Amino acid sequence: MNLQMETVRHRETLIVRLSGELDHHTADLVRMRMDEEIGREGCRNLLLSLKSLQFMDSSGLGVILGRYKLIKQKGGKMVVSDVNPPVFRLLEMSGLFKIMSIYENESSALSELEVAL
Amino acid sequence: MKENSSNFMTLQFAAKSENESFARVTVAAFVSQLDPTMDEITDLKTVVSEAVTNSIIHGYEENSEGVVTISAWIEEDTITLLIEDKGRGIEDLELAKQPLYTSKPELERSGMGFTIMENFMDEFDVASEVGGGTSIRMKKRIVSKKALYN
Repeated sequence: MNLQMETVRHRETLIVRLSGELDHHTADLVRMRMDEEIGREGCRNLLLSLKSLQFMDSSGLGVILGRYKLIKQKGGKMVVSDVNPPVFRLLEMSGLFKIMSIYENESSALSELEVAL
Repeated sequence: MKENSSNFMTLQFAAKSENESFARVTVAAFVSQLDPTMDEITDLKTVVSEAVTNSIIHGYEENSEGVVTISAWIEEDTITLLIEDKGRGIEDLELAKQPLYTSKPELERSGMGFTIMENFMDEFDVASEVGGGTSIRMKKRIVSKKALYN
């Protein structure tokens, strides 16, 4: 499969690093694995780190919006970081930045999330 | 040196999600003869991915016996794509084209497929017949890189 996913917990924040290509074919697995982690105790916020994500289409947007709803229900915050230009364009066009903050890197995203606690 | 020339290709494959990346990579390879920029390649890969995914999810409802056909023509500096299926077809095209509208919210579809195709291409046209299938025709002029040479 042309998508790799790494998850790390940092206090109440789940960091998900995606690399490769997020499309309809790879979306189901990403969705399942993320929901499993989000469901764990003490997980409140979600940081989606997209440094090595080479490609994404509207199936990926669906996954992001779905996780946003889940995190919001839990009273947490969802943010993205390290977005490269092709993915940025898609996120911008879809209006995602109206509901989600974007950060240059993981550490600036994490410090923002911790201030928000 | 590139001459004014035309070219075409046709690609047929099973309506399986594994073939989504195959389809977009193949179209990207075909269009490379026009010297596109990275942005232009990304645009084309994205719209191919959207159209093929629509055929698989909506046209054939994930029945992999379905067949998706992609035809591509190059005419001077313009690429035309025709992406066709013989699936269920779309009942209400105007509704389907609305941003954020999806007929399958339970699958967490974003409803942005047609909006992306309209935005990333110069021309975009859908024809659909209920029970007969859907075909999407799109055009894009590949310009950016050539501007550097002039």
